[in-house]
Amino acid sequence: MYKIIKQTLLAMIVVSFTAGIALAKTKLVIVSWGGAYTTSQQKAYHDPYMKLNPNIQIINDDSAAAGPAKLRAMSKAGNVTWDLLDAVASDSIALCDEGLVEEVDHDAILAPAPDGTPASADFGDLIVSPCFVPTIVYATTFGYRKDAFATPPTTIADVFDLKKFPGGRTLEKKPIGNFEWALIADGVDPDKVYEVLATPEGVDRAFKKLDTIKDSVIWWSTGSEPVKNLVAGQVVIGSAYNGRLFNAIAAEKQPLAMMWDWQYFDLDGWVIPKGSPHLKEIKKYLRFAADTQRLADQAKYISYGPARKSSAPLVGKHAELGVDMKPHMPTNPINAKHRLVKNYEFWADHEVEYTEKFLAWVVK
Amino acid sequence: MRKINNINNNQEILTTADGVPLKASLNRALRRERNISLLLVTPLFVFVLIAFLFPIADMLFLSVDNKIVVEKLPRTVPLLADWDETGTVLPDEQIYKALVQDINAGTVDKTILRLGRRLNFEQGGMSSLFRRSVRKLKRLKEPESYKAATIRIHRKWGDLATWRLIKRLSGKFTPTYFYSAVDGGVDKAGHFVRNPENQRIYLKLFVRTILLSLLITLFTIILGYPISYLLATLPTKLSNLLMILVLLPFWTSLLVRTTSWITLLQREGVINDLLVWIGVVDNAHRLTMIHNQIGTIVAMTHILLPFMVLPLFSVMKTIPPNYMRAARSMGATQFRAFLRIYLPNTVPGIGAGCILVFILSIGYYITPSLVGGTSGTFISNLIAYHVQGSLNWGLGAALGTMLLMFVLALYVLYDKVVGLDNIKLG
Amino acid sequence: MEEIQKSYDGETLVIKNMNMDVTRGEFLTMLGPSGSGKTTCLMMVAGFEPATHGEIYLNDRPINKVPPHKRGIGMVFQDYALFPHMTVAENLEFPLKVRKMSKEECKQRIKRVLDMVQLRGFEGRRPSQLSGGQQQRIAVARSMVFDPDLILMDEPLGALDKNLREQMQLEIRHIHERLGVTVIYVTHDQSEALTMSDRIAVFDDGVIQQLAHPDKLYEEPENAFVAHFIGENNRLLGNILEADDKNCKIELDSKDIIQAKNVNIAGIGNRTTLSLRPERVIIEPAPGSMPNIFNARVEELIYLGDHIRTRLKVCGHDDFVVKVANSSARAALNKGETVKIGWNIEDCRALDPSG
Repeated sequence: MYKIIKQTLLAMIVVSFTAGIALAKTKLVIVSWGGAYTTSQQKAYHDPYMKLNPNIQIINDDSAAAGPAKLRAMSKAGNVTWDLLDAVASDSIALCDEGLVEEVDHDAILAPAPDGTPASADFGDLIVSPCFVPTIVYATTFGYRKDAFATPPTTIADVFDLKKFPGGRTLEKKPIGNFEWALIADGVDPDKVYEVLATPEGVDRAFKKLDTIKDSVIWWSTGSEPVKNLVAGQVVIGSAYNGRLFNAIAAEKQPLAMMWDWQYFDLDGWVIPKGSPHLKEIKKYLRFAADTQRLADQAKYISYGPARKSSAPLVGKHAELGVDMKPHMPTNPINAKHRLVKNYEFWADHEVEYTEKFLAWVVK
Repeated sequence: MRKINNINNNQEILTTADGVPLKASLNRALRRERNISLLLVTPLFVFVLIAFLFPIADMLFLSVDNKIVVEKLPRTVPLLADWDETGTVLPDEQIYKALVQDINAGTVDKTILRLGRRLNFEQGGMSSLFRRSVRKLKRLKEPESYKAATIRIHRKWGDLATWRLIKRLSGKFTPTYFYSAVDGGVDKAGHFVRNPENQRIYLKLFVRTILLSLLITLFTIILGYPISYLLATLPTKLSNLLMILVLLPFWTSLLVRTTSWITLLQREGVINDLLVWIGVVDNAHRLTMIHNQIGTIVAMTHILLPFMVLPLFSVMKTIPPNYMRAARSMGATQFRAFLRIYLPNTVPGIGAGCILVFILSIGYYITPSLVGGTSGTFISNLIAYHVQGSLNWGLGAALGTMLLMFVLALYVLYDKVVGLDNIKLG
Repeated sequence: MEEIQKSYDGETLVIKNMNMDVTRGEFLTMLGPSGSGKTTCLMMVAGFEPATHGEIYLNDRPINKVPPHKRGIGMVFQDYALFPHMTVAENLEFPLKVRKMSKEECKQRIKRVLDMVQLRGFEGRRPSQLSGGQQQRIAVARSMVFDPDLILMDEPLGALDKNLREQMQLEIRHIHERLGVTVIYVTHDQSEALTMSDRIAVFDDGVIQQLAHPDKLYEEPENAFVAHFIGENNRLLGNILEADDKNCKIELDSKDIIQAKNVNIAGIGNRTTLSLRPERVIIEPAPGSMPNIFNARVEELIYLGDHIRTRLKVCGHDDFVVKVANSSARAALNKGETVKIGWNIEDCRALDPSG
């Protein structure tokens, strides 16, 4: 009797152990920004991929905001647990310089466009760093309260005009974007903005323009703040991510509208942390998740433009709201009549220096 | 005393029943006890070492660490020693050749751009200088003049400032992070100079952090003292209930507490609505109570209040009610008895509470960054920026070190003025 | 000079209707078990508890509405309540400073009271650097330094060990005699009360059971509680058979008849408690010399040096105690043997049945 029990137990242990091995899935840790953004990735990339590959389990980590710092700390400790990190283009450049992320051969890893165009040509100059796989184009643009003015603001100069458009402003607590806008509003030729900004006089000129509205500005540092303040009526015009504004206008039906003049283009995409435990699997994932259809699919769930040229015609209606997404894309020709593309090299050189100056100016 | 010694000297060695000298036996028993107690504190000691001492040591090291320059430019740096950085002559051909070799060597393992980022913290433009040079230098094959070729690739290699920077940072350790942390830099001769007035930020934020923290500490005393007194004097049943109310904030997330203050204080918030409804405030002139210093002070006073109440309460609990009665029986009015007798006896609690609240508040950054706007941010917000945003960990560490030094100095000062034995947590 | 009359009502009466007066210069002790209301009574005199009903007078002046700090009453607490953040001198100076006395006078008074408690030279010490007895003395000195009309002491010796306590009892007594100050003293220790007091008020259940000189309290207790609480006492329960103004006849439950002094009885047929001090019982009295003579069996002998405590079984009670002086008589007593004992009518007091 005793022996039987013993044998059964032993058999159970062996069975469950082997079953455990068979059932164990490969877990890929993908770090992104959380909230609506991660949801859009989950629906457009992760869910279809896991359906096709039942042995893969994707785990979302929402700490992309502190991603570069955390990755650096993990690398320093010699214990990298992330497989893929979502990063803005400038951070991807910095991480690449630091040697913290893998360089990728875009044509080898990524799928070509449906017409056969190699990936590198399909993404074009959006590949701003050899480590970077761009996924979306997002814009920092302006939102305003429709109930605040009789005639709505139409140009960047209007943002700086407190007489015609009285009321609070909200801007990001960063020199990036604000400096460029200030100079353009002050009459600088948009093509020469970075040339002017490279000189101390140019910086002074930007500060002088910003001085004219400084007392009315609430500075934001996380993406949710500007929309919240616009909705609460704390401010009447402010810069915000276009996806957030779209959500407030289209989904929440807030009395807000967008002003696309000199919207500020930036990129967001993937980098592979050096020391990722599943390098092979994650490359396989990227081949699927960064193909033309998948990038176009993401626009169904969030109002950001796909980074592949070949994806643009495939953008359809919003999955839940049924709104045609094309007119809300920053890349839509009507919206993109005046647009600024972030000069990554310039900001890689000057971000630290100008941020200190900017913060000193803000605090003053 | 001497008598006892004599007796001891004259006596034979005492032994236990089985003949072991008594002293040895006692020592063994004591050693066993000591070993057991050592074993018991070992986990704590290891924990403190790993979670506390190592990180602090690491931070102190990071704030002066500069070995990256020597590491990435092993051929260039020794040669630069003979170059006169105060003159107007560029380094010679040999140094340029060494530079090209160093950069090409660094390109192989793709770590040379790290150096560019490091130098960029001191001088804007270094980052792109390296990134642009790397590709082109790789293609450079035995040129006639390395110097001319390198300068052709990027004119900044012909700039004295670039070379001065490299030479200045060629030591394994550097004070430059600390220079930056006190709003300064170096002039051409390498001497410390302060930044122009309108570009100073760190010291300003240090002063603000300290002043606001003092204010917050003061408010927690003003609010916490009566609460603690009530808690200490009410019947246990009632005071336990009140204590739960005091501790309630501890059980909710810091973010929830902070955002609920936003809901209360914002222009369209509960308090403004109430004031407009009562008619105290005109609808067009709603009060701005958030995204400024008021927001920081209000939210942080609320969050840190329990840290003042708890030590005060536990100290007050130990003060016998008879002290006040005695004072009054001797002719002191209620007020005088409180001032001369009760208050001095609560000083250890006030001291402990102040130290707790003050030290916690000068290190806060989530709350100030959410409700502080521009006038209510703390130095920790900039430390967070350098750790998470700019990845300039050296500067972040230098700022952190200064904060640590300040707290330690304060601690010493407190010891001198009030005495550390006068701190009581309970 | 002082006439206190008060009652203290809450949901229950802690102090029931009570009258007491203390004469100037008197040392009056309130004695009783804990919870008997003696401390509450003291707190009312001091002004820390309001009297719900009645009026307290000090020097013929009603002081119910006078706040504690204006009453001019010195107080010594059980925990001494010396201020730990002040030195001895500062502690003593506190009541003087409150009264805005000159520096010179303060100094003199501090010196005087420190001499009085024999602690010269301790001015600079903190209370924590003093022994319990020294702290106690400083507490006494502090209560007297401002010459109060009245000093209240709330079990001031409770925290001291036995030897020190006995020594301090005498010291406080001497200080009192020297200064002639009025003292109200609270204790639950009857020997302390007997040692120190001019008069003792025995408290129980919020009522003063008896207020009298110590010897009278011992010799002539007015009720069973006092008889039991003060000193040792043999109790015999029985019914009253007959009684006149002076004496009465009691039938015990064992049917023995005892003649006793009529002190506090209800009337014929009622129950009563007979109280008899152990030292008043005589072993082997001459036959017929006393009205009460009974047979007793020796149950237990305890040797206590100067006397032998003897437990006897008498009239159905086996807890009857007799103190036998340590003399040749001891030889006569052995455990288990039966002896004759007797006592006089005056020594056996018939009291109320309770207690």
